[in-house]
Amino acid sequence: MATLDSRIPEGPIADKWTNHKNNIKLVNPANKRSIDVIVVGTGLAGGSAAATLAELGYNVKAFCYQDSPRRAHSIAAQGGINAAKNYQGDGDSTYRLFYDTVKGGDYRSREANVYRLAEVSTNIIDQCVAQGVPFARDYGGLLDNRSFGGVQVSRTFYAKGQTGQQLLLGCYSAMSRQIGKGKLKMYNRHEMLDLVIVDGKARGIIARNLVTGEIERHSAHAVVVGSGGYGNVFFLSTNAMGSNTSAAWKIHQRGAYFANPCFTQIHPTCIPQHGEQQSKLTLMSESLRNDGRIWVPAKKEDAEAVRAGKLKPTDIAEEDRDYYLERRYPSFGNLTPRDVASRAAKERCDAGFGVGTNETGEAVYLDFESAIMRYGQEDANVKGVHNPSQEQIRQLGEKVIETKYGNLFQMYEKITADNPYKTPMKIYPAVHYTMGGVWCDYNLMTTIPGCYAIGEANFSDHGANRLGASALMQGLADGYFVLPYTIGDYLADDIRTGAIPTDTPEFDEAEKAVQERIEFFINNKGSKSVDHFHKRLGKVMWNKVGMARNEKGLNEAIEEIRQIREEFWKEVKVPGVADGINPELEKAGRVADFLELGELFARDALEREESCGGHFREEHQSDEGEAVRDDKKFTFVSAWEYKGEPSDAILHKEPLVYDNIELKTRSYK
Amino acid sequence: MSTHKNLNLTLKVWRQKDQKAKGNMETYQVSDISTDSSFLEMMDILNEQLINEGKEPVAFDHDCREGICGTCSLYINGEAHGPGREITTCQLHMREFNDGDTIYIEPWRANAFPVIKDLMVDRTAFDRIMAAGGFISVNTSGNTVDANAIPIEKANADKAMDAATCIGCGACVATCKNSSAMLFVSAKVSQFALLPQGQVESAERAQNMVKVMDEEGFGNCSNTGACEVECPKGISLENIARLNREYLSGSVKK
Repeated sequence: MATLDSRIPEGPIADKWTNHKNNIKLVNPANKRSIDVIVVGTGLAGGSAAATLAELGYNVKAFCYQDSPRRAHSIAAQGGINAAKNYQGDGDSTYRLFYDTVKGGDYRSREANVYRLAEVSTNIIDQCVAQGVPFARDYGGLLDNRSFGGVQVSRTFYAKGQTGQQLLLGCYSAMSRQIGKGKLKMYNRHEMLDLVIVDGKARGIIARNLVTGEIERHSAHAVVVGSGGYGNVFFLSTNAMGSNTSAAWKIHQRGAYFANPCFTQIHPTCIPQHGEQQSKLTLMSESLRNDGRIWVPAKKEDAEAVRAGKLKPTDIAEEDRDYYLERRYPSFGNLTPRDVASRAAKERCDAGFGVGTNETGEAVYLDFESAIMRYGQEDANVKGVHNPSQEQIRQLGEKVIETKYGNLFQMYEKITADNPYKTPMKIYPAVHYTMGGVWCDYNLMTTIPGCYAIGEANFSDHGANRLGASALMQGLADGYFVLPYTIGDYLADDIRTGAIPTDTPEFDEAEKAVQERIEFFINNKGSKSVDHFHKRLGKVMWNKVGMARNEKGLNEAIEEIRQIREEFWKEVKVPGVADGINPELEKAGRVADFLELGELFARDALEREESCGGHFREEHQSDEGEAVRDDKKFTFVSAWEYKGEPSDAILHKEPLVYDNIELKTRSYK
Repeated sequence: MSTHKNLNLTLKVWRQKDQKAKGNMETYQVSDISTDSSFLEMMDILNEQLINEGKEPVAFDHDCREGICGTCSLYINGEAHGPGREITTCQLHMREFNDGDTIYIEPWRANAFPVIKDLMVDRTAFDRIMAAGGFISVNTSGNTVDANAIPIEKANADKAMDAATCIGCGACVATCKNSSAMLFVSAKVSQFALLPQGQVESAERAQNMVKVMDEEGFGNCSNTGACEVECPKGISLENIARLNREYLSGSVKK
C-alpha cells in the first residue's frame, strides 16, 4: 500500500514555498539532457509544463488526443484568470486570494498548496504579458480587471470572453518554440491507454496512434498527467466532446489514489438543454454576473404563462420579479459562489418558478436591462449628450455591453436564436468542472513515485468548490511555476539511470492488456452503441448524484451504474477497425472508464455525510436550505485506492489541518 | 429560416476510408431532426443511425462544440462552416435549413490539408508554421518585468486581440482558390507585431513563418478576400497587409 504523506514543508505558511525551493534537489543543465519526461495532455497545465520542462533542458514528449495541442479544452474558458496583483488598490493581497480560495472551497482544500497558488499568481500575469497574451487594457494602456463570484475585490484579468483561448495560445506558442528547437516532441492524435511501472516507479506509457491505430511504447524517467477533469461522466456537460478521464483513471488503476471524486462543480450559468438530441452544453461566463441580474417571476401563474409561451419576460413588472440571489444573499448578490448560485436556481425551479420553454421547463433569467441603462446613462454623461432619450441611452448602453461581452452575446444568440440585448438570457446550471481528481502531495506527485498530476486532473487547490477564474490560475501555476521545480527533486536521483528500455516484461504486459481490450471492443457482437450507455450513465449521475444527493438516491445510483456497466461489457457495439481512425473505439474505452469512476463518485458522495461546496446532501442542510458541514467528522481528503471493482476500493483519509484560517460556516449573506 | 419544428433531410456525405483510398459521395436520409439541434448533433444522429444499421459511422473532427477550439471543419453546401457568417460548423443550427433540403457535406480541400478519413483532414502544417516563429522568444520562468511596466496603447492592444482570436480551423485555406494560408499566418504575425514585446523579432518572425508556409504547399494570396468572408472569427484582411509589410522589412534587413 502506498503511503499518504502530503509532504507539506515545515515553517510559516508564507515561507513554505520559498524554503522548499531552496532545499530541494536540483538537476544540473548537462544532466537534464539525459532525462526524459512524458506529459499527457496539452491544456494550460500540461502545455505549460511541457514548454517549461523543455526550456529547462529535459527531453519532453507531449501527448494529446486532439489534432493539435492548441485545441485542448482550456481554450473554452471564457471569463478570466485571478491574480493578487492589487492593481485596483482595493485591498487585494496574497493572503486574501488564499483566504477567498480556501473559504470558496468550503474548507476542504489543502492550505499549503492554496497559499502557494496565491503566491505565484502574480508571476503568471507577468509571464503571459511577456508572451504576448493580449489582456484587456484601459485607455491609459494598463491592464483592466473585473470581479468574479465569491470575492469582494477586482482581481480577474481577462481577454474579452476568451481568456482561456488567449492563455492557451500563449502556452501553445511557448510549446511551438520548443518544438521548433527539437526539445519537445509532440504526439498529436495520440491517446494514453496505460501507465507502465518498472521497479515501483512510473517509467512510461502505452499510447494509441489515433490515425494508424498503432499501439506504441514510450518510456521516460517521469510521467506527468495533465489530462483535465471528468465532468463528461455526466454525458452532458460544458466539457469538450473528447474530454475524458482515461489518463487519470489508468494511473488510478496502476496505484495512484483518486481523491474526492464527489466534488464536482455545477456551473450556474449555462444555456439550458433544448431536448433529447442534445450532445453538449454551453457555458455563459460567470463574468456576466458582474452586470446581469438573475431572476424568476415572483408569481407562479406568471411562470406558468411564460412556460406556455403566453407571457414575455419583458412584460413582467419590476415588482413581480424575484431577484432571488439579491434577496437571499444581499452582500454578495448575483456574485455568490457557483455552488450557492446553482442550488438557488434549482430551488426556484423545483418550487415551480422556472421559465424554461424547453422540454424540461428548467431555466431562470439573466437580465442585462439595468446594466444597459446604467452604462448608457454613464456614457451619455461622458460624451456630453444632454437630455438623452431612453432610446439613445439604450443604444449607448448596448454598445458598452457589446464591448464587454460581445462574443458571449453572439454565442448565445447563435445557439438560442434569441437576442439577449432585447430579452433576458435564459440559463440553468450544468456540470462544468471537477475539483476532485488524482491525489498528489505538495510536490504534485501521486502515490506512484515519478507519476505527477497537475491542473484539473489533480485535487488539491479548490476543495469542495472552485471560485471563478481560478482554474486557469491553477493550471498555469502548476505547469509554469510549481512542477518544473518539484520534479527536479525526484529526477535528481535519475541522472545516472540512462534511457529506459521499452523491451521489458513491464511494457510487454501493459501493451498486451491494451491490445486485448481493443480486440474485445472490435470483436464484441453487441447491439447498442457506446453513446447509448454513456447517455444512460449520464442520466443516473445527473438525477441522483447531481446538484442534490441523498442516501437513497446514491444507493440506487451505485446499483444502477453497476448494472449499466455489466450490460456495457456484454452489449456494446463498436463498428469499424482497430488499425485506423475509429472514433467509436476511442469513445468505448473512455466510457468504460467513466462507468467505473461514476460508481466510485457515488460511493464517495454516500460516505461524505455532510454538505460542503458542490457536494450537497439533502440530509445535511439548515432550515433555510443552506449547506451544513460537519468539520468534526469530515475535515479530510477522501483518497481512494483501486482494488478492481469500485465497491472494493479502499478509503484512505488525509486529515486537513488549518493553521492559518479559522474554519467558519461559509456565509455570503 | 425554417418554420418546421422537425426536419427530414437528404445528406450527401464524402466518404473516404483513409488517406490513400479514393473517396466518393454517399447519400443518407435523416428524419425528425429538431430545428433547435446543432448541425453536429444532426451528424451524431446520422451516426447513431448508421451504427444501428451495422454500418460504419462518418468520421468528422469536432471537440468543444462552442466555436472556440477550431477542431470542426466541413464544407457545407459549398461553404466553409456552412451558411451564416462568423460561425463555426458546431455553431450552425438546423433552423437554418428547411424540411426536405438536400445538404452536401465535404471535407476541407487543400493540398496542404490531406484527407485522412471521411471528413477529417490533417492540419498539422499549421503547427509546423507556428513552430517556425509563432511565438515571442521568452522563457517561462516568471522572472520578467511587471505586467504593467509597459503600457500598451488600447487601440493596439485591441487590434492585437482581434488578430489573436484566430482559432486555426483552416476555413481560410479551404475557401481560398489558391489554398493560401496568408490569413492564418498574418493573424499571428500581426498579434505580435502590434505589441511592444513582440516587435523585437517581428521581421524575422514573418520571414520564418512564410518560408515554412511556402514549403508546406499553401498557395499565394491574390487578394480575393474570400478568407475574410468565411473566417468564423472575422479576422481582417488588414492583417495580410501587415504581414506583407513585416515580410518586406525582413527582406530588406537581410
